[in-house]
Amino acid sequence: MKEKQRAFQIDDTDNVATALAHLAAGSLELLGDAKKRQLNAVEEIAAGHKIALRDIEAGEDIVKYGVSIGKATRRIGEGEWVHLHCMRSAYDERSIHLDVITGAPKDTKYE
Amino acid sequence: MELKDMHFMGYARKDGKKGIRNKVLIIYTVECASFVAKEIGRLSQNSAVDVVGFSGCTDNEYAVRLMISLIRHPNVGALLVVGLGCEYVQPEWLAEIAEEEGKQAAWMFIQNEGGTRKSVEKGIAIVNQFTEELKKVPRIDMGMKDLIIGAECGGSDYTSGLAGNVVTGRFFDKLVAEGGIAIFEEIVEAVGLLDFLEKRGIDEKARADIRYTYEKALEYCRSVRQYSISPGNFAGGLSTIEEKSMGAVIKSGTSPIEGVLKVAGSPPHPGLWLLDTTPDPHWMQFGITNPNDNEGLMALISCGSHITFLVTGRGNVVGSAVAPVIKITGNRETYRRMEEDMDFDAGRVLEGLCSLDELALELARLVAETASGEMTKSEALGHKEYFIPYKYQDKKDGNHV
Repeated sequence: MKEKQRAFQIDDTDNVATALAHLAAGSLELLGDAKKRQLNAVEEIAAGHKIALRDIEAGEDIVKYGVSIGKATRRIGEGEWVHLHCMRSAYDERSIHLDVITGAPKDTKYE
Repeated sequence: MELKDMHFMGYARKDGKKGIRNKVLIIYTVECASFVAKEIGRLSQNSAVDVVGFSGCTDNEYAVRLMISLIRHPNVGALLVVGLGCEYVQPEWLAEIAEEEGKQAAWMFIQNEGGTRKSVEKGIAIVNQFTEELKKVPRIDMGMKDLIIGAECGGSDYTSGLAGNVVTGRFFDKLVAEGGIAIFEEIVEAVGLLDFLEKRGIDEKARADIRYTYEKALEYCRSVRQYSISPGNFAGGLSTIEEKSMGAVIKSGTSPIEGVLKVAGSPPHPGLWLLDTTPDPHWMQFGITNPNDNEGLMALISCGSHITFLVTGRGNVVGSAVAPVIKITGNRETYRRMEEDMDFDAGRVLEGLCSLDELALELARLVAETASGEMTKSEALGHKEYFIPYKYQDKKDGNHV
């Protein structure tokens, strides 16, 4: 059975929501503290990953739980996947070197 | 049933503390004595016998204070210390501390006993005798107000901040309201949240201690160029340490923060406490923070936690010596896959199957059952992990002044 397309918005000031199951491109239902109840995913998004609730400009804060969890490194469109390829920590310089799928570090070479 | 109605029978210690387990603790004082200590534990075939120890021959104040706090822990009723005979940490001193607490204690040097076999035989005889004596420890009524519960997370994913830690936080609010003690740790997983935490400090001292602890942890992360976030966290959808931090700090609930504890410190009064496990500045830069989940659990237990919570997203199997571990996951897939190891399924709240409040009460019931003697999943499987590292922390309770 195909799981329902659902994402969870924690705080009403958030500009991202969390996918509760693997999302295919297409419409989805928003749960939690969300003003709008519907959103359109423009690409596939893995469970637990974030989807942009609106257009986010480069350099803008990514907001989840009502607090900044990092900054956009490029313009992000509504419905796009938000992760290491388009945002970075304000503290952790190492995380921009991580593989976007596995999270594995790419900044150290072992020989 | 509300928390005030939840009661169970504990063990009355002579120093007035109340325990929920009645354990014989075996401590080895150097790695060279660890095999003998573990053999005594294994061959005693008694689930109430736990083994911990410190591997260094050169002593370390932090590690010794941690072991002393375990000796004084109310879940421990008797102590056997096993040394080789030439290390700095002195088994006799540790045994004396236990006796001052009114706990039966014995110690030995393997060199004096004449080697492995004789030491193991003697150790088993001592442990068996202690076990008989512990049957006489008087039972005493306990309620939630008598409990100290510690919480940390391990193997976090997106559900930790949506369900597992959220339910833990709601339970902590209830425990604190009932007069109990809640301890949360992992200040290195509070990066980006200084203002959020500081304003929860109950007074100026608490706020100053929170600020000091936060800045120390941030400086630590900067200097080692490593934040408390791992490849599995990223793969699970967490993009930054700030995102993971907020999901982690939610487990503290909403109560005011009474102050900052250091490892092996006792909470001086009820309420919610932040535990600082980060090393203090030292020329040898002793110790790394959060090297693994059992280090954090051991730190929470060193502050007197009767039971600890390990909140996980991706799954974990560990338990601990001295105090039972309740493993909570907000990820239903993880729960299904690892049900033999997971104690509590918090993911139901994400599917709308129950309310957060119902779930927090259910967790309270599990705490009461565990406190009354029912084994957690890790206890039943025989998990008794521990981790006592070299580290430097000054003795001041989170205090910078």
